[in-house]
Amino acid sequence: MMQIACPHCGSRAQQEFMYERTVDSVVPLDAPTDKAMAALFTRTNPRGPDDEIWRHTYGCRAWMVVTRHRVTHEITAVRAVGPEVLP
Amino acid sequence: MTAPRRAAKAATLNFTFDGKAYRAVPGETLAAALLANGVKLVGRSFKYHRPRGIMTAGVEEPNALVTVGEGGRREPNTRATDVFVYDGLVARSQNRWPSLRFDFGSVFGLFSKALPAGFYYKTFFGSAKRWMIYEYFIRKAAGLGNAPTEADPDRFSHRAAFCDVLIVGGGPAGLQAAVEEAEAGKRVILVEQDAILGASLIRDPQTLDAGWVEATAARIRKAGGRILTRTSASGYWEHDLVTLTQLCVEPGQTAENRLAQRLWRVRAGRVILATGSIERPIAFANNDRPGIMLSQAVRTYIRRFGVVPGQRAIIATNNDDAYDTADALIAAGANVVAVLDARETASGRAAHAQAAGMTVHLGAVPKAAKGGRQGVTGLVASVAGATQSWAVDLIAVSGGFTPVVHLHQQAGGTLNWVEEAQAFVPGSSRQNVTTIGGAAKPEAVGVMRPISQPKKSFIDFQNDVTLADVDLAWAEGYRSVEHLKRYTTLGMATDQGKLGNMAALGRLAEQQGVSIPEAGLTTFRPPYTPVSMGLIAGPGAPHGGAHIRRLALYDLHAAKAPIWQPLGYWFRPRAYPQAGETLATAALREARAVRTSVGMTDVSTLAKFEITGPDAAAFLEIICATSVAKLAIGRGRYTFMLREDGLAFDDGTVWRLDENRYLLTSSTGGADRMATHISYVRQYLCPHLRVSAVNVQEHYAGIAIAGPRAKQVVEGLIGQDVPRHMSAIAASIHGLPVHVLAASYSGERAFEVYCSASEAPSIWAACEAAVLAQGGCLYGLEAMEFLRIEKGHLVVGGEIDGRLSPYDLGLEKMLNKAGGFIGAAGLGRPALRGKGRRQLVGLEAIEGNIPEGAMLLSAPNAAPQGHVSAAAFRVLEGGSIALGQLINGFDRHGEEMIAASPTRGQSARVRVTHPHFYDLAGERYRD
Repeated sequence: MMQIACPHCGSRAQQEFMYERTVDSVVPLDAPTDKAMAALFTRTNPRGPDDEIWRHTYGCRAWMVVTRHRVTHEITAVRAVGPEVLP
Repeated sequence: MTAPRRAAKAATLNFTFDGKAYRAVPGETLAAALLANGVKLVGRSFKYHRPRGIMTAGVEEPNALVTVGEGGRREPNTRATDVFVYDGLVARSQNRWPSLRFDFGSVFGLFSKALPAGFYYKTFFGSAKRWMIYEYFIRKAAGLGNAPTEADPDRFSHRAAFCDVLIVGGGPAGLQAAVEEAEAGKRVILVEQDAILGASLIRDPQTLDAGWVEATAARIRKAGGRILTRTSASGYWEHDLVTLTQLCVEPGQTAENRLAQRLWRVRAGRVILATGSIERPIAFANNDRPGIMLSQAVRTYIRRFGVVPGQRAIIATNNDDAYDTADALIAAGANVVAVLDARETASGRAAHAQAAGMTVHLGAVPKAAKGGRQGVTGLVASVAGATQSWAVDLIAVSGGFTPVVHLHQQAGGTLNWVEEAQAFVPGSSRQNVTTIGGAAKPEAVGVMRPISQPKKSFIDFQNDVTLADVDLAWAEGYRSVEHLKRYTTLGMATDQGKLGNMAALGRLAEQQGVSIPEAGLTTFRPPYTPVSMGLIAGPGAPHGGAHIRRLALYDLHAAKAPIWQPLGYWFRPRAYPQAGETLATAALREARAVRTSVGMTDVSTLAKFEITGPDAAAFLEIICATSVAKLAIGRGRYTFMLREDGLAFDDGTVWRLDENRYLLTSSTGGADRMATHISYVRQYLCPHLRVSAVNVQEHYAGIAIAGPRAKQVVEGLIGQDVPRHMSAIAASIHGLPVHVLAASYSGERAFEVYCSASEAPSIWAACEAAVLAQGGCLYGLEAMEFLRIEKGHLVVGGEIDGRLSPYDLGLEKMLNKAGGFIGAAGLGRPALRGKGRRQLVGLEAIEGNIPEGAMLLSAPNAAPQGHVSAAAFRVLEGGSIALGQLINGFDRHGEEMIAASPTRGQSARVRVTHPHFYDLAGERYRD
């Protein structure tokens, strides 16, 4: 079980979080059919760091992007998303 | 040193083994007590039912597996070497029938040619008919203990802990590390799976001061350290999280405070592994006979428990350590007939033993043991090329030492091969873990190649894998160590190959003509020792870990003793039967009341979201596949939601309560999923929208009132005109504010009254009085199902099952032409427009009643072309009807088919129809 640094709450156990999807699987609202299906079904699945979307479901419920190494589980960055961090 | 002899009068604990009473000394393991009582035969093996005794003195024991405890506390596959006897312990042998001495299954041993490695694979790939015959016997014969059928009466708890340094292993190395760290001001946790610390110092006394273990433990505690005995570090997970399983009582024992075991999740700053090593057996024919024991185990029984496992012993070794066992045996008064040392030249230790008068044979390797179920009677060995034999009742074996690297490897660490020790030791790790003591520096050994008949030379005792099985796997083309493991089941038993892995690797490397590190190693995975399922479930076990939520109106329903039905996290009334009614008759009466007068039901569990803000409509047009922006204030409409791939996943209604304020409802079962979906769109996909989306599911309770007299009922309750169909108004009942939405799921004129959950009981009481006054009644989910099926309304999980698109469901006309909603791109996939899609249809019985879940066939034994998703009866006229999915169903109305359910043994002849059976024009629910 990993330890994830929530940008709002600090370092918490993985069991408070839910993994949702990878950033590269996100379908932009204006994507044409072929681009949308490519995002959904053709993943990069790198053997190394990847950007993942997590949610602090059993904490502050905020969404975040976690950069996690897919082999070693090393987390190198956690980035807050949402209306709060808009410029 | 002279061994303490076990004093019979100290044996004050009573226990039974296979119904026979014995006595044990406090602090003795079951294995020690059985040996002290002369019990050699303890179990039967997994596959061949060979007689097995006690081989080790630790958690690595592969043979002496017993069931302990009774009733719900029964614990199968408990290692006799890893349970300390308590008064009243009940232990039984396993895998034997009718008795341990006369085991019918041992005939499998005579036919062991018929059960080689890969037997299961070969049987699976044989004809199905043969498998059906074999299966019964295999299931009866194979396997170990049986799981208990009753619930465990004791509690299992979970606890989280943090420390700077976690030390695994309470031997001399672990104790020394712990005291240094604790006295340096670190928060320390030290765990030891044994009941005592420093047990290896009893087996092998060193030149430490007497009382060193106790004094060191006291220093650790004084410095604030925590010491947990009877606690095993079972798993090493990501980011230095280690799970510990702590036994508060022994397996099968009644816990005084009802706490049986505790699962610890320890997040450590640093982990020190002082896990020691496990001695290896030696491969020779019949090396699994009772009376063949690991050399260090023999020493443990003599020096720790005062039990001498044999009187006439021989020792087979490839290292110096086993000479200590010879000393211990002689000191205990036993006769050591010889030490067989596989090394060609005498080590200093061997020369010393020879000088002291011990018979030592160099270049000596065992070939076969003699003896049967009552134990060994002799050993045949090759001594410098010549065969020699001895009559003995104990064979102590030492094939070297395997460092316990399991946790290091679970942490993602690499292993390094040490040629002198013929062993893998921990290498580097990406986590904060170091290994010290014997696990890091195993003793030097001589190389020893098995020279015995491979067929009965066991390497994995628990799974009955022999050298011959490794050879067969090789001969049949299994080259990789991973394939070898799966083909032979080597290392796949509960002992996880603690004893056998290295012997198998050695054999495989020999076959491949490579070195052992080149042959590779399989991965050790958690848990290190078996973990009880009750401990994993923990305190949530009694209710399966699921949430149980109570309806705001629960007490009012319960007072009417309804039939309950689980729905989402809740229990909702399925029907309110009156005296003498069954579920079916009650539901039909309730549904008829809705069709002819008025009925009311609790719809509080529907998912509800309040969407507000200047961009609320734009936000809803992303979530919903229907148009929302044109909705006038006070109006509502049916809507549905798509996944990104264009398939429907939920439906509900959307209401515009005010200029920038909307209420969205969706299915009960999909409520959490919808909440996450909405949050994803709000927080991640469209953070720039000026909108607030609040989950108000449990804030509002909802009451649906439906039927021809619903209008009068609601008018009377709110004292004003009711809203038009698909309109909403704010009103009050008895002075309490409510929202009244005119929406129909039943096909009749209907209203949903929403109020604050805390005020729901009084609103419900007022509604119920008004409904009863109009000759109506309460109705439950079953009646609702009848009504909605007859009307052709969809249900999430039934018709909306994640496989159909809006086209397939007949919802195409309602799609938002402007697009821009989630799933719009997915709908562009040509395949969704192609022929051969399953489409929503109605089904009407011509003969028989349509079984729910039935397949739809054109002719008997033809391939299924669809299925029945929901079945019911026409509420007023009677007659079996259903909704279903059928390939190209839109074009097949009027076709006759068979709805067959082989699992229920029912079928019906049906006609494919439009999925609306009632009031097709929709006149009944309008104003």
